[in-house]
Amino acid sequence: MARLLRIDTKNRTSAFENMGAYAGLGGRALTSRLVLNEVPALCHPLGAANKLVAAGGILTGTAAANSGRISLGAKSPLTGGIKESNSGGLFAQKMAKLGIQAMVFEDKPADDAAPVVVVVTAGGVSIVEAPELAGLGTYAASEKLLAKYGSRAALMLIGPAGETCRMAASVQFTDPKGRPARAAGRGGLGAVMGSKKIKAVVVDDTDAPGVPVADKEAFKAANKRWVEILGSHPVTSQGLPGFGTAILVNIINEAGALPTKNFRFGRFDHAADISGEKMVELMNARGGKPKEGCHPGCVIQCSQTYVDEKGGYLSSGLEYETVWAFGANCLINDMDDIARLDHACDDLGLDTIDMGNAVAVAMDGGIIPWGDSKAALALLHRVGDPSDSLGRIMGNGAKFAGQAFGVSRVAEVKGQALPAYDPRAVKGVGVTYATTPMGADHTAGYAVCQNILKCGGDVNPMSKAGQVELSKNLQIATAAIDSVGFCLFVAFAVLDTADAVQVMCDQIAAVTGVKFAPEDFLALGVNTLKDELTFNNNAGFTTKHDQLPEFFSEPLSPHNTSWDFTPEELQGAKVL
Amino acid sequence: MHISVKCFATLAKHTPDGADRFEVADGSTVADVIATLGIPAEAVKIVFLDGVAAAPNAPLGDGCRLGIFPAVGGG
Repeated sequence: MARLLRIDTKNRTSAFENMGAYAGLGGRALTSRLVLNEVPALCHPLGAANKLVAAGGILTGTAAANSGRISLGAKSPLTGGIKESNSGGLFAQKMAKLGIQAMVFEDKPADDAAPVVVVVTAGGVSIVEAPELAGLGTYAASEKLLAKYGSRAALMLIGPAGETCRMAASVQFTDPKGRPARAAGRGGLGAVMGSKKIKAVVVDDTDAPGVPVADKEAFKAANKRWVEILGSHPVTSQGLPGFGTAILVNIINEAGALPTKNFRFGRFDHAADISGEKMVELMNARGGKPKEGCHPGCVIQCSQTYVDEKGGYLSSGLEYETVWAFGANCLINDMDDIARLDHACDDLGLDTIDMGNAVAVAMDGGIIPWGDSKAALALLHRVGDPSDSLGRIMGNGAKFAGQAFGVSRVAEVKGQALPAYDPRAVKGVGVTYATTPMGADHTAGYAVCQNILKCGGDVNPMSKAGQVELSKNLQIATAAIDSVGFCLFVAFAVLDTADAVQVMCDQIAAVTGVKFAPEDFLALGVNTLKDELTFNNNAGFTTKHDQLPEFFSEPLSPHNTSWDFTPEELQGAKVL
Repeated sequence: MHISVKCFATLAKHTPDGADRFEVADGSTVADVIATLGIPAEAVKIVFLDGVAAAPNAPLGDGCRLGIFPAVGGG
C-alpha cells in the first residue's frame, strides 16, 4: 500500500506513515484534505504551521496514459487561502513507484539555516545540507544535482525567488530531458518550500517496487480504450501536438478576448507574431522541436523545445499563458524575447502569469516602457538578487507591484493575477476566476472550452446565461481529474466522448481493486472543493472576495461588453 | 463585396493571397467562402464573423472579418 512520507524540516528527520484517514485519496483531493485537517487556517503561510504537500494522483505511476501529474498543496502566501498547484515532469511517477502517495514537508528550521536537499530512493531518505546550491538558478542547480545523483533522478526544486520567499515563487520540476522547465506556478508555493529551507527534492526510482495493479486485464482493457479516446479527439491528437497551447493566441484574439495592454483591449495587432503557428514555423526553420511530452505515457505531447535563430536552446514548456502574459498584455511581440522571459521565470522559479501581469503593471506605473522586451528581461532578472529591492517587489507578483507603484489597474482575484482570457468576453471563465477557492485561475474551471472552443458544449461567451452552472460543473470535474493524476488536457477529449468518464473509473477500479463509478468520480471533485471552501471560510474569506476588480465594469473592445455579475449571483458556482 | 478572411492552425495554408481584401459575391455565406478556399467542411470547427461565433449559413457583409479554425484547445 502507498504511504505518506513526512519530512520534519526543523529537525531534518523523516518518517513513513500509513495513509490512515487519507486512504483512497490522491493528488488534489489528498493535498486539500490534508491542508484542511492539519494546517491552521489562520497560520502565517511562511511560518512553521504551514505544510507543503506533494501528492501524485490515484493513477500516477501506472501505465494509464497522461497520468503523471503532481499536485502541490499548502496555504498560499499569495492568496492567504488554500492552494493546489499542478505540474508535469518526471517527479510524480518516480515518487509513486517508490510507494509514496505524498510527501509532507512540516515545520521549519531557523531562518539562517543552510538549505537542504532531500533525497528519496528505494534505500531510504536522506536530508543533506547543500549550501553550495544557495542562490543558484534552477538550471544550474539541476545540472549539479543530476550530475551528482544520476540520470534516473527527477527533481523538485526552487530558484532564488523561492529561497527569498517571493509570493509569486514557483516550484519547478525536471522534464524527460533533465530541464527544470515544468512549473507548479501559481500561488507562491515556492515561497513555502523556501521558508522551510528545502532547495530541492531528489527522487530516484531505481529498484522501486512500482504501483501494484489489482486487476491487470481490466486495467489493460480500460487503458487501451483510454488511449483510443485521446488519440481520436482532434484537440488531443492534432491541435495540441501540432502547435502546443500557444495555438490559442489567434483564436482568443479573433474572439476579441485576448487581454492587451494590461486588460485594456480584447485584440492585439501583433497576435500573429506570437502565435502557436509562428512558433512552429520558427522551430521548424531553426531546428527546434515542436512536439514533446512532459512525462512518460503522455500521448498528447503539447510541449516543445524552442530555439533561437542559431538553433540555441531558449526554452521549453512555453505556454499560451506565458506568451500572452509577456506578449499581448505587455505589448511585446518579440517571440524570442518572450521565450527568454519564460526561461528566466523557470530559472528564477517564478509564476509566468503573475510575473507577466507584474511586468504590465510596472509598465503602467512608468517603471519600464510599454513593449520593451529587453527592459522586461532586465527587470525580471533583478529578482535573482536578494539585495535588490525592486527585484524583491517584482517577485511578489502583480498585486504587490501595483501597491508599490501606485497602480490601481491590477487584474487579480484573492491576490492572484488573472490569466489569458478577458472575463468580459469569456464570461464563463470569469465566473471561475471569481469563485474558485484558488484565486483567479483558468484551469480550475476552464469554461473557455464551451464559451469559445465549442468543446463539450456551446455557451455564448458574452451572455450571463448558463455560465454559473457551466463553471460549477467544470470546477467539480477538474478537481476530480486533478485528484486522479491526469493532465487536465484530457478534458478536451473527455467532455466530447460519452464513455470517457466510465473509462477513467474503470482504470481506477482496476488499479485499486475497489469499486469506483462515475458517482464516485463526481464525489471526489465535490468533496475536494468542499474541503477547499471550508478552509477558505476558516481563513476569513467571504462572499465579498468572490468578485473581479472594479475596472472590469468598463466595456472591452471590440465587443464592448462588460463584467456584470454580482458576487451574490456567482455563489451558485460553489458547492458550499 | 470584399471581406477579410484568415485560416488558422492546420487550416492556415488555405488563407488566400490578399486575405485582407478578399472578393466574394454579394449574398455569400460562411459556407460559400469555406468551399471557395477548398477547405473540407468537416475540417472546420469554429468560425468567427467579426469576433462572434457564426454558423455555416451565416450571411457575410461588406468589410466583415472572418476567422476559420479547426478544433483547437490549450490552457
